[in-house]
Amino acid sequence: MTIQFNDETFRDDYSFRNSEWAIKRFPFPFHEDSYMYSVNMEQHRGGPAGSVYEKRFDVDEHYLAEMKDRALVLDQDPLRCQSLPHMTLAGWDLLELIMECKSEDYPDLFELHRNGNTWRWVNKPMGIDDTFTFLDETTLPYGPMEYITRQAQGDFAVLDQRDDMLWMDAGMITTQADWSLDFDIGMNFFEWHAPVPLAHEKGIFIRALKFLLNIQQGAPARRLNWTMTVNPLLDTSPENYHKWGIQKTELSPENIGHKQHLRVELQTFYRLPRSNALVFPIRCYLCNFQDMMTMPKWGRRLHRVIRDLPDELATYKGFIDNKPMMLDYLSQFDDGQPTSPGIWPDQETEPPLQK
Amino acid sequence: MSGAEKIKVKVTEITPINELVTRFRFTQINGELLPTFSGGAHTVVEMDDGGITRLNPYSLMSDPYDQSSYTISVRRDDEGRGGSLFMHNNVTVGDEMTISYPVNLFSLDLRADKHLFIAGGIGITPFLAQIKQLERFNGNWELHYACRSEALGSYVNVLTDRHPNETHIYYDDQSQAINLVNLLDGQPLGTHVYVCGPKGMINWVRKTAEDAGWPRDNIHYEEFLAPQPGKPFEVKLATSNKVIQVGEHESLLEAMEREGVDAPYLCRGGACGQCETHVIGYDGQFIHRDHWLDDDEHASGEKIMPCVSRFEGKTLVLDR
Ligand code: HEM
Ligand code: FES
Repeated sequence: MTIQFNDETFRDDYSFRNSEWAIKRFPFPFHEDSYMYSVNMEQHRGGPAGSVYEKRFDVDEHYLAEMKDRALVLDQDPLRCQSLPHMTLAGWDLLELIMECKSEDYPDLFELHRNGNTWRWVNKPMGIDDTFTFLDETTLPYGPMEYITRQAQGDFAVLDQRDDMLWMDAGMITTQADWSLDFDIGMNFFEWHAPVPLAHEKGIFIRALKFLLNIQQGAPARRLNWTMTVNPLLDTSPENYHKWGIQKTELSPENIGHKQHLRVELQTFYRLPRSNALVFPIRCYLCNFQDMMTMPKWGRRLHRVIRDLPDELATYKGFIDNKPMMLDYLSQFDDGQPTSPGIWPDQETEPPLQK
Repeated sequence: MSGAEKIKVKVTEITPINELVTRFRFTQINGELLPTFSGGAHTVVEMDDGGITRLNPYSLMSDPYDQSSYTISVRRDDEGRGGSLFMHNNVTVGDEMTISYPVNLFSLDLRADKHLFIAGGIGITPFLAQIKQLERFNGNWELHYACRSEALGSYVNVLTDRHPNETHIYYDDQSQAINLVNLLDGQPLGTHVYVCGPKGMINWVRKTAEDAGWPRDNIHYEEFLAPQPGKPFEVKLATSNKVIQVGEHESLLEAMEREGVDAPYLCRGGACGQCETHVIGYDGQFIHRDHWLDDDEHASGEKIMPCVSRFEGKTLVLDR
């Protein structure tokens, strides 16, 4: 199918909207009626047609608007994109990976023509047609990682692997859930995860690291993570907390349905061949409560998950103050009916709301 | 699923290098390009040795950026369990084989200002790929390579021809030895040392460098471990509810696979940690041979790496 790209914003007037198509394919992150941290990783080898799992790097209706938003963030704060000197080769790896995947998965939108080290890259939606020399930085307007991630949705952390440890030595981070690349750059896996509650005690990070160190070329993996965001903001960074933190107090029973968004990150993991580094694309999907409630299963389940979530998690994710208001709203969509297992909406089989 | 992704290849060239070492070249059967890789990576080669499946890791020695073919070098081990003998005696040009995607447990630290390579014997192979990688980016490197004799010095000529200034060769039979203390002493700050060769050499380099105050992170090593034969033993697999026998010439991992137990693995050489298995109970003696568990873990009797380690005694019960 051809994608209709939305003309929309993630700031000021917040004209971001999800089409019916986007709502249906929203990666609802809860496979059962409760949630706790776990080592929830699986292989990333496609998924149901049309789902966000189908392609290696999902492109959707928000593509152009997200890339505009990224450019704005970078204008104001160039430190959102950093790459330590030894990570340039990993940057080329990432450029190659994204160009290959996008041109193979979306041949009507992207083209890659290779003639030895002379490469021509065509990005039709963004109107880009560039010819450059692979592995020669002087032939691109930015470093290889910055060049390609200005054309790819989601954040990208690029991790060097040394001494059985991962190090955050490069990244393009403009759509993050309240963490900072400038703060985390050069840190290791345990250091940058230090603020997360409960998971350390459960040994989750030790097992997750072992898994990541062993991710191999040709065998990428994925997991989902989630949080809550008031207004469809991509840039919820600590650097700009003074701008967006206050918006959480503007939530009311009248506006919660369209203002409160579930923010889901599709996180994938790829081994990069030339550098042996690991790339961690973090793709953010936003869906407001009222759109999500059009799926009866999601309505029932979201209420139960939020109701039973440990306070430590609600605090860490920054919505503990608004939790009672959320529950008031969500309880209208929970009729106590059982829900089917798995994350899919199961529209055909799930009964409509019985209230 | 266990192990890395697989690639179907054809043997397109077999080149004897000297009395002990033979080089094999692989291309993809479907004619497509092979994946690029990073210098230091290995591939696991599957062999069907008279009904026994052998999976042996070999370093990729070809140019990581040459996707048309891969090469490996196999040293014949007359006392080993047969993987290398199979490669030498049974594989011919045109054979179809299965190898794994490249896996790198010995990668370059790209922060290094200088890479100091120390190789012993067949341990030269990962460095051949790393040198090609570094040459492409004008990297700063130096190689010190110890061989038994001129006749057994694999790739010495190529190295000294192409890189006369960087390559230093030492022949055991001419009583030439690396003066390691001096060598390490003369290195600029930001140098990383890499060693690949026999166990004694690795221990020597690691210890000498640590004694000289080198940071641990600047010392890298890879030893080729092949499972060694040993006395047969019996194992109870609690999760699979099976009692299996491990034969003299197979590893514990191979015995589990033969019995249809899907046991995890990656390197099959005691280095990656993937096969780590919890011990539920035992009465006897472990023969730990891996590099993954530390001394305390070896002594604890709580864990075993089935790809290379064995057991002697009455009973062994594993959580698998
Ligand atoms: C190498 C890849 C990864 C990177 C770069 C990464 C990065 C991060 C960062 C920057 C945070 C925010 C920490 C803060 O509050 O400052 C975070 C949170 C977290 N990470 Fe990771 N992570 C990675 C892999 C994983 C994996 C494999 C797991 C598996 C369990 C995991 C589990 C978590 C959890 C549970 C949180 C808390 C999230 C929340 O509640 O919203 N991470 N991660
Ligand atoms: S398979 Fe790698 S340590 Fe056993």
